[in-house]
Amino acid sequence: MKYIDEYRDPKLARQLLQEISRKTTRHWTIMEICGGQTHSILRNGIDQLLPAEIELVHGPGCPVCVTPLESIERALAIASQNNVIFTSFGDMLRVPGNSKDLFMVRSEGGDVRIVFSPLDALQIARDNPSKEVVFLAVGFETTAPANAMAVYQAAREGIGNFSVIVSQVLVPPAMRAILSSPDNRVQGFLAAGHVCAVMGYSEYEPIAEEFNVPIVPTGFEPVDLLAGILKTVEMLEEGKAGVVNRYGRVVSREGNPAARKIIGKVFEVTDRQWRGIGTILGSGLGLRKEFEGFDAEKKFGVIHIVATESPLCMSGSVLQGKLKPDACPAFGRECTPAHPLGATMVSSEGACAAYYNYHRNVTAL
Amino acid sequence: MSISPACPAPIQQHETVQMAHGAGGRLSQALMQRVFMPHLSNAFLDQLDDQAKFDLPAGRTAFTTDTYVVSPVFFPGGNIGELAVHGTVNDLAVGGARPFYLSAGFVLEEGLPLTELETIVRSMAEAARKAGVMIVTGDTKVVGKGQCDKLFINTSGIGIVREGISVSCRNLQTGDSIILSGSVGDHGMAIMTSREGLSFQSSITSDTAALNAMIEAILDAVPSVHAMRDPTRGGVAATLNELAVSSSAGIEIREGTIPVKPDVRGACELLGIDPLHVANEGKLVLSAAAEDAAKVIEVMRSFECGRDAAVIGSVVGDHPGMVVMRTAFGSRRVIDLPLGEQLPRIC
Amino acid sequence: MCLAIPGKLIEISIENGLKMGVVDVNGSKTRACLEYVPDIQAGQYTIIHAGFALKIIDEEEAAESLKLWQEIFESGAFDHDGEIPYTVIT
Repeated sequence: MKYIDEYRDPKLARQLLQEISRKTTRHWTIMEICGGQTHSILRNGIDQLLPAEIELVHGPGCPVCVTPLESIERALAIASQNNVIFTSFGDMLRVPGNSKDLFMVRSEGGDVRIVFSPLDALQIARDNPSKEVVFLAVGFETTAPANAMAVYQAAREGIGNFSVIVSQVLVPPAMRAILSSPDNRVQGFLAAGHVCAVMGYSEYEPIAEEFNVPIVPTGFEPVDLLAGILKTVEMLEEGKAGVVNRYGRVVSREGNPAARKIIGKVFEVTDRQWRGIGTILGSGLGLRKEFEGFDAEKKFGVIHIVATESPLCMSGSVLQGKLKPDACPAFGRECTPAHPLGATMVSSEGACAAYYNYHRNVTAL
Repeated sequence: MSISPACPAPIQQHETVQMAHGAGGRLSQALMQRVFMPHLSNAFLDQLDDQAKFDLPAGRTAFTTDTYVVSPVFFPGGNIGELAVHGTVNDLAVGGARPFYLSAGFVLEEGLPLTELETIVRSMAEAARKAGVMIVTGDTKVVGKGQCDKLFINTSGIGIVREGISVSCRNLQTGDSIILSGSVGDHGMAIMTSREGLSFQSSITSDTAALNAMIEAILDAVPSVHAMRDPTRGGVAATLNELAVSSSAGIEIREGTIPVKPDVRGACELLGIDPLHVANEGKLVLSAAAEDAAKVIEVMRSFECGRDAAVIGSVVGDHPGMVVMRTAFGSRRVIDLPLGEQLPRIC
Repeated sequence: MCLAIPGKLIEISIENGLKMGVVDVNGSKTRACLEYVPDIQAGQYTIIHAGFALKIIDEEEAAESLKLWQEIFESGAFDHDGEIPYTVIT
């Protein structure tokens, strides 16, 4: 596969690993922001191959994991209604609310459908004019253009039976929150390559300067990840801060202007609650006033629904890089992918699930 | 004034399945004669008794059953009919048995076009003929619209275990080679990419196939094969885990040795699905002593369904009950059982 | 967070007023919205996320960075033959 296989080349990976080893003189803690990167690191065992001095901690970049329990409960309430076709990315179907997930709603007779693109949900709305079609619009900046376009297009075509539950979050405020925390250990970041494909990386420059950290936009294949880690280590060793792009084939400084334009038309920045972490100011996107007719939470009157987390779940600490998943007392006991307490155990890119799937008992090897 | 001498006669020629087709009366018989018998007719079934009576060759009897509920019922590369024959034939064959006789039970949804049913029955007959088995008894029921998805089929099968053959998932031995008969994920991805709502124009076709002829030839060449399984639901990952747990043995597989067709791989990458977790319907996972591996591979490759056969790993003394992948980079990761249905993901 | 996979654009069309296309991902073809890559031409590679093309892949930059790595490594700046450092996570 062009643009994938070159970046899974074991020889190149080995050379990058040797170079990382050669450059590393002391312990460094580096956070990969994106859950997709966490997944790839664990799947390819990159953490096992790095010098012992390099500690990777796993960031909050998993939209499934940080979607607040409240949004899940509201989604479940809407999906259970009679005249509703509820649509979602496959990722969200197993995310547990307080007592059930979307699969269970489906088993109780709810019409819950998986879509690959938000435009597929819009097509379902066109095809079923007598039904209400609701889409669970989760995501980081990468998914925001797709979610925004579905709403924008619905407005343009006047598709009144379409609405969305928005749980859109933004990376930079979360990075600031992590760096501002008094017990922060993160010294450098691999920024999420596909977020940067949309947003560019200029907004990371003030963060790098303010907190004096290296931030390296990085891809997802093993060679990309190692190149990103190598650059971060080099900058740390040299005492340099700043933003250096290591995903040049996809990321430019300005990102994707056409995508940013539609995001700006449909959404505005709001405060947002992150599951397990709490509310971070200015860390989310909500529908602008002129699109509030597409807000499913208002349309279905579910704003009053609130929810509380399992006290056993420590996913907030995991998402901030303060706790390794397998150091949680509930890990692999009360909490498994089959019976997840928190969303980090549900999403395949959630750090807990990635540890469970690829690393469990790895010490026994 | 004239009085009509007869009430209007009920319609007896339907183009779709009616509730009455399952009621045991005239319409049931018409369905048999029109759709089933022309294709499935054989000396046993033609008796139209409530049971088939037959003699079996000497040896241990193997008996299995499976129910097929695939949606859509027509998929690229096949349909539910041939799948229902292949699946049960394969379940017998991987136990070292020669399959002989099958039963077929149909649950039909009211409104199913008879032409579709006939296509499916014809495929079953064709699949049975090719696999050298006979469908000797059957049953048909009809349920109301919406109570099933077009049709469900149950098939049971009877076979005789070959003399001197003892394959079992508890038989893995340290040092064995783990052999896979071909590419993974074809069936599951053919189904997934042909479902509505996923925006695919896919070329992927199901691998549905009967494995009994190939298995027969393998056992002729290497009677001492230790274990065989067909990696259906849950994919190769689930099958390897079952073998490792049943035998309390460790399995190490090597990344890069597992054949995946290019388009299957493309779809898996795009949907974020691990091909090792995806269902197959015409593949064989086999464990045999390392010195027999080359012979097994040679036999497999002489069959269409085994053309891409490869050694994918070995049975090891470490980590009993666990399957571990040695990555292309030299690291290791656990290959776990997949959790339920494979879902396309965006993250 | 975000699975985005490279594919080659093979067909462009307009649906419901939106620029759409068919993208070939290693032989599997999928529909994608092209509104965010207005300049894309058939034959170019793009990355697809949630049914949207997000960026035309910069072929030149990709080739250059790969070449650069290979050159650095081939210049013998460091030892080629060492084993991969291997540590087991505890």
